[in-house]
Amino acid sequence: MRRLILIAVPYLWLLALFLVPFLIVLKISLSDTAIAIPPYTPTLDLAGGWAAFKDFLGQLDMENFVWLTEDDLYWKAYLSSVKIAFFATVLTLVAGYPIAYAMARAAPEWRPTLLMLVILPFWTSFLIRVYAWMGILSNEGLLNGLLLKLGLIAEPLTILNTNAAVYIGIVYTYLPFMILPIYSALEKMDESLLEAAEDLGCSRLQAFWLVTVPLSKQGIIAGCFLVFIPVVGEFVIPSLLGGSGTLMIGKVLFEEFFNNRDWPVASAVAVILLLILIIPIILFQRNEQKQREAEG
Amino acid sequence: MAETVFAPWTDPQQKPLIQFKGVTKRFGDFIAIDNLSQDIYAQEFFALLGPSGCGKTTMMRMLAGFEAPTEGQILIAGQDVARVPPNKRAVNMMFQSYALFPHLTVWDNIAFGLRREGKSKAEIEPRVAEMLRLTRLERFARRKPHQISGGQRQRVALARSLAKAPKLLLLDEPLGALDAKLRQQTQFELMDIQEKTGTTFVIVTHDQEEAMTVASRVAVMDEGRIIQVATPPEIYEQPNSVYVADFIGDVNIIEGVAHPQADGYDILWVEGRQPLHAKSTRSFSNGQRCFLAMRPEKVAIGTEEPETRNKVKGRIIDIAYLGNLSTYHVEVPGGRIIKAQTANTRRLSRRTLTWEDEVWLSWTETAAVMLEE
Ligand SMILES: Nc1ncnc2c1ncn2[C@@H]1O[C@H](COP(=O)(O)OP(=O)(O)OP(=O)(O)O)[C@@H](O)[C@H]1O
Ligand SMILES: [Mg+2]
Repeated sequence: MRRLILIAVPYLWLLALFLVPFLIVLKISLSDTAIAIPPYTPTLDLAGGWAAFKDFLGQLDMENFVWLTEDDLYWKAYLSSVKIAFFATVLTLVAGYPIAYAMARAAPEWRPTLLMLVILPFWTSFLIRVYAWMGILSNEGLLNGLLLKLGLIAEPLTILNTNAAVYIGIVYTYLPFMILPIYSALEKMDESLLEAAEDLGCSRLQAFWLVTVPLSKQGIIAGCFLVFIPVVGEFVIPSLLGGSGTLMIGKVLFEEFFNNRDWPVASAVAVILLLILIIPIILFQRNEQKQREAEG
Repeated sequence: MAETVFAPWTDPQQKPLIQFKGVTKRFGDFIAIDNLSQDIYAQEFFALLGPSGCGKTTMMRMLAGFEAPTEGQILIAGQDVARVPPNKRAVNMMFQSYALFPHLTVWDNIAFGLRREGKSKAEIEPRVAEMLRLTRLERFARRKPHQISGGQRQRVALARSLAKAPKLLLLDEPLGALDAKLRQQTQFELMDIQEKTGTTFVIVTHDQEEAMTVASRVAVMDEGRIIQVATPPEIYEQPNSVYVADFIGDVNIIEGVAHPQADGYDILWVEGRQPLHAKSTRSFSNGQRCFLAMRPEKVAIGTEEPETRNKVKGRIIDIAYLGNLSTYHVEVPGGRIIKAQTANTRRLSRRTLTWEDEVWLSWTETAAVMLEE
């Protein structure tokens, strides 16, 4: 009985905070726009009984999903989001792995401080940090100022409002999500394994490829998913740092929702986004499971 | 046996394979190895014995190249190895912690070193199979290290270090986790490999019986220094100090004062008792403090007063039954306990000695070794 309660609590939590909102979004995505509050129809009226419910179901349709396939804006936005998320994940990995490696190799008394520094940015609002990047990357910004002063460039570089700025923003923002799982995998690694590898004839570099990288594989996979999954739906960074050429589904969704007040289409966009992400989410879960088994 | 003539350390013509020359290793201000000089010859089976923390692993790690001496030199085959990285040394080490690669199967762990040599599959496969057979791991080849038992892991580590058939093999407590039978078998396998391949072994062990069984020479260490190096019989029969005598096997130590006589030394050990008598290769001055070390099995025990010069009367206060042997703890004048060991050739019920019995202990003049410290 106690077991049952223990299991039930997280499931109830998920039901209330994940499944129910999802069903609501799904329902809205099958509705039609209306100039009303809320701005869609039909709405469920439980007072009307069974007949009203049947009538309500009858009014739901797939129209919005069909619409998504008709306007090429949407699939281009999905594709571009996945592409940006993929390259941003690779960049974050390239930047994050050496940092995680250095942290795991640092003297043990330094490690808590270094971890602290990685987490420190979370203490400031995400929005303020992205705004700060606007200040850094703009034509009159800090970066251009510095480069001009050093004489490395004659004309200010246009970085803000390009995809480059989006990548910089994403790598900066999501770096901790990449570093932490890789660090935790590397930190667990027994250093005598590297000695054993060297003893058996590996150079330092070979030992790194043959021992360190495979042993941090789970951390790498976890980090990549933790970056990729949220970045696909990212809205703030592309809209603040990106330009008109930056097409991401998060931005499209925001515009449908707030600018066009088209809740049903916005919901349909969200539902499709979720379906796209479900594959990596499942893969991520599998990876976590495998890791637990390997440790158990 | 061949071992009896194998003694390169007595031959000044022989060049040692390994030379420690005044090697000191400090960790911070802690001295792990203290000005150690030692030669180890090719094809030796050199055993390091000593209490925990005395620096055995540190010595091995310096040989393998994972630690550099703070002072002094290490030469392998006449070459100073200070600048040679571990992967360039013809040395393989079996780690005390095993250090098995958790992401590889038992098979791949063993093949790891062979693959690095760029050997072909046709060469690697039979070699790995041979190692698996030797360590009786055939059935576990496809498992990962976390799926096998502690003793099996130890065998994988052993197999992995043996696979490359190096010139010099460092084994840090290779058999500690094995049961007595398997340990004995593996000891003989190791000696066999040693004989067949001529590999030089340096082996750390906590088990002095194991050291005695396999080693050509045994080094007893304490606090970063080697106290004595000798063949197993020598180190057992002729320890150079109380420390070594006490560390190797069971021993009775009797403190006394030496008085030179025509045929050896009289040793006064309890006021008003007849002195003990012993012969010694060492010389002692009149009135010098000395220690008599004698092995329990060299002390005879009986109910009749014996005819020998060394005899002490006492009372049995404890009997330790070891199956093939029994050790009697006998309280003698002065409250001292002397242990005497006899082989249990008769059945238990036929033996006469029991608790509280008054007995005579006796030993010959050459049974005890006189030591200064
Ligand atoms: N990296 C290190 N830093 C500081 N001290 C160390 C280090 N490695 C070893 N020591 C110290 O050096 C001493 C010798 O260590 P070593 O590992 O050689 O002992 P050992 O003889 O192998 O002991 P055991 O039989 O327990 O394995 C120990 O006191 C140990 O604490
Ligand atoms: Mg050790």
